[in-house]
Amino acid sequence: MKHTVFIAAGCFLITTVAAGQGIPPLTHERYTLDNGLTVILHEDHSTPIVAVNVWYRVGSGDEQPGRTGFAHLFEHVMFMGSEHVPVGAFDQWLEAAGANNNGSTNRDRTNYFEWMPANALSLALWLEADRMGWLLPTMDQAKLDVQRDVVKNERRQSYDNVPYGRAFETILAAVYPPGHPYSWPTIGSMTDLSAASLEDVKGFFRTYYAPNNATLAIAGDFNRDSVKVWVQRYFAEIPRGPVMPPRPTVGEVTIPKDTFLVMEDKVQLPRLYYSWPSAKAFHADDASLDLLSYVLAGDKNSRLYKRLVYEMQVAQDVSAFQISGRLDGMFGVVVTPKPGQSPTRMAQLVNEEIRKLSEGGISPRELARAQNTYRAQFLDQLASVNGKADQLNFYDYFSGTPDYVQQDAARYAAVTAADVQRVARDYLGKPKVVLTVVPEGKVDLMVKELGNVRIP
Amino acid sequence: MSAFRRHLTGTAVLALAAACTRAPAPEGTPAPATPIQVVVDTPRAPAFDRTKPPTLAPLGQLTLPPVTRRELDNGLELLVVEHHELPVVDMILVVKTGGEGDPAAKPGVATLTASMLDEGAGRRTALDIADQEAFLGVQVGSGSGWDQSMVTLHAPVAVLDSAMALFADVALRPTFPTADLERLRKERLTELLQLKDRAPQIADRAYAAILYGERHPYGRPLTGTEASTRAITRADVRRFYQTYFRPNNATLIVVGDVTDADVEQRARALFGTWERGTIPATQVTEPPAALATAIYLIDKPGAPQSSVRIGSIGVPRSTEDYFSILVMNTILGGAFTSRLNNNLRETHGYTYGAGSGFSMRRAAGPFTARAEVVGAKSDSSLIEFMKELNAIREAVPDAELEKAKRYLQLQLPGEFETTGDIASQLVPVVVHGLPLDYYNSYVQRIESVTVADVQRVAQRYIDPSKFAVVVVGDRKAIEAGLRALNLGELSVRDITGQPVRR
Repeated sequence: MKHTVFIAAGCFLITTVAAGQGIPPLTHERYTLDNGLTVILHEDHSTPIVAVNVWYRVGSGDEQPGRTGFAHLFEHVMFMGSEHVPVGAFDQWLEAAGANNNGSTNRDRTNYFEWMPANALSLALWLEADRMGWLLPTMDQAKLDVQRDVVKNERRQSYDNVPYGRAFETILAAVYPPGHPYSWPTIGSMTDLSAASLEDVKGFFRTYYAPNNATLAIAGDFNRDSVKVWVQRYFAEIPRGPVMPPRPTVGEVTIPKDTFLVMEDKVQLPRLYYSWPSAKAFHADDASLDLLSYVLAGDKNSRLYKRLVYEMQVAQDVSAFQISGRLDGMFGVVVTPKPGQSPTRMAQLVNEEIRKLSEGGISPRELARAQNTYRAQFLDQLASVNGKADQLNFYDYFSGTPDYVQQDAARYAAVTAADVQRVARDYLGKPKVVLTVVPEGKVDLMVKELGNVRIP
Repeated sequence: MSAFRRHLTGTAVLALAAACTRAPAPEGTPAPATPIQVVVDTPRAPAFDRTKPPTLAPLGQLTLPPVTRRELDNGLELLVVEHHELPVVDMILVVKTGGEGDPAAKPGVATLTASMLDEGAGRRTALDIADQEAFLGVQVGSGSGWDQSMVTLHAPVAVLDSAMALFADVALRPTFPTADLERLRKERLTELLQLKDRAPQIADRAYAAILYGERHPYGRPLTGTEASTRAITRADVRRFYQTYFRPNNATLIVVGDVTDADVEQRARALFGTWERGTIPATQVTEPPAALATAIYLIDKPGAPQSSVRIGSIGVPRSTEDYFSILVMNTILGGAFTSRLNNNLRETHGYTYGAGSGFSMRRAAGPFTARAEVVGAKSDSSLIEFMKELNAIREAVPDAELEKAKRYLQLQLPGEFETTGDIASQLVPVVVHGLPLDYYNSYVQRIESVTVADVQRVAQRYIDPSKFAVVVVGDRKAIEAGLRALNLGELSVRDITGQPVRR
């Protein structure tokens, strides 16, 4: 971990102060119950509200081929009541207390969260405990079936009935080798969702939903002594789970040569997607790749936006991103040509800009724009108790240190212009997946070999 | 990739880092909580019965941050809230005219004017403005709704001098460069082309056009039509700006780690010379009379889901029934446990989420019940929608009323958490001329809503015999089922809501 290096070098304090300017520390207490549940408490009495946030260390990356989408489907079932909470009561009781709640699943983890007036904290904790410890006694086929239909509609609404909505499903399957935990989308396939059984639900719960596989973060306006009593009372008797199956590990992902794909969709305009395997979360190059994405397409002055959208006006939109997880990362560039413009032309222009950046580097001003924007975002993440609670769990998951925010900000502050140039050359110079989404019947618009990036 | 239990938003590009949104919420804002008297769950209570949820201590009286009001000599109202938790500031310059002020033949002028503000201002070009924004790590935004236009700033206080200078240039000295206007025009025309791909947006536009017709501003799209986008000139944009962006038609809201005195001084220096103007009253014509319930079907070949919009013209924000409507809609479709979501999602699994809302504007905006439903259940979904829209006209059980009232009241503390939250809460106060202590009486006014009030407003404002029912979906798969419902006449419309000529 990077901050360890800083300490060893004796410049930890200096680095943190410079980088973490204006970013207050997330003071907290972290402890573990006998059953293995990690508890993280952060007091903030500025507003009489509180947030509860539970992370389970399981996500779609832990699924098996044939059961894709299951971690997320399971997340939905977690809201259908537990032994002491009748169907529907989870939401009814929380709403009657002025609380809102939600949950989300990604490739690496599943989280559940409530935010509410300060007086409703014990209710949220009791509800989280009941579904952590007593989900199965009242689990039945009907609960699974209705949420299976809901999730299928989520897939339709968020992916299938959205223009270009299935592009990333296609890309993931091409970037990652078969069986790689990131090779399928979290939402899963319709076929696999249909196949999920009640036995799958029970097995998944028994395997992954144990206190020793979870962290509970509480942020906001509470009395620490009271909260500790509640946590002990509600959660302590939940038995420790069996030894977790080892989480998947993967080798380095490489694409031997550029892969060109085409997908027809109900769209007016084609869209071009470049995707490269990149660095995983908190890898030494992760922050540099984030800043590279900003320099390429983060604002009006960014390389691709300025040239394609602002000056030439040949593209309607352009975006770039580094998405990094526990196992791996992916870097992407996406361009939608204006009517009458071809994806091939977009590819040539993107290649040119990547080549220029890789050869000529970036200016101090470009770096400053990217770094300052990121620094402001770190500050904004601390504005709400909901954001802070999730962040405590996020950093605990990735670094083992819940208040890693200042060190995280320091990663971005430490990136140099040379780092950005280097990662552009190292990562974007390698073979990639090139997907062209085209209007139905326009397969001839597909980008082929012509668009190769060649970097010396 | 993320997937959420609740509604998930985001384009395909954003799908990798998606954000969640909640079940549809009603317009308006809930309010500070009066203590709810229940038994206190003392942490050290000896007997713990796991089978019962804990009872909750009363919530202390919420003290909302005080708002300081001033008026500069030129008529600019200044509202300041000090909030010292983080070293940041949020500002919103509210101009009290929005799309309602668009010329009848040129919808989209207000939103285009707002979009042009940061495309050149003072001596700065569009690229200069964007450069300064990123370099300072601040966000400058602008936009228009029906009732107002806004310019926003979010900034760390460490760079407040430079940030406010930028903000003032954008708000007061836009230059509307021709080349940038033409670029935005092309982008808008392309967006209008891409709209054809998006069934939910088609449904929203067609629904408004069908309810209001093209003679009423609300029947015309806020972001313009293809014809108006081609027709709008730089003079139209300048005229809108010169007419409505005046200090005597505006309020500057400032919330953050600043002092009231400092803000006042800065506001006088930066906004004090802004010149007054004569603000013409915007005229909103009477909406057309509601027609008998009918289905308007818009074909989206191959769509796996149908976008459903059901309702009629609702109420203006000034309605005396505001609180009763808020509670009624919370029960009907304004919360996750509302009847519509519970029925269509949690009972039948027809959708990822269903809800309803009253869009309350200066004039009567639409009431809309909505969902994206699986195509094969389009007809079944309409049956369930109509069931709930009829049932809400009956007296609601006490427990349901209480839950809705508590939900609205007790959410209030969370609505005033961040500087951005607080600034946003003050916008409707400014736009609709509500008293500055509006939120202090809010809890009580929610509390006073009775079962009879809910029934009265449901019967008055939700009339299933006069609904427009818009469905955007795969016509060949769903038309027969929709016709068999006999809800009313079925007509096939194009994506703008106009009849399709055979």
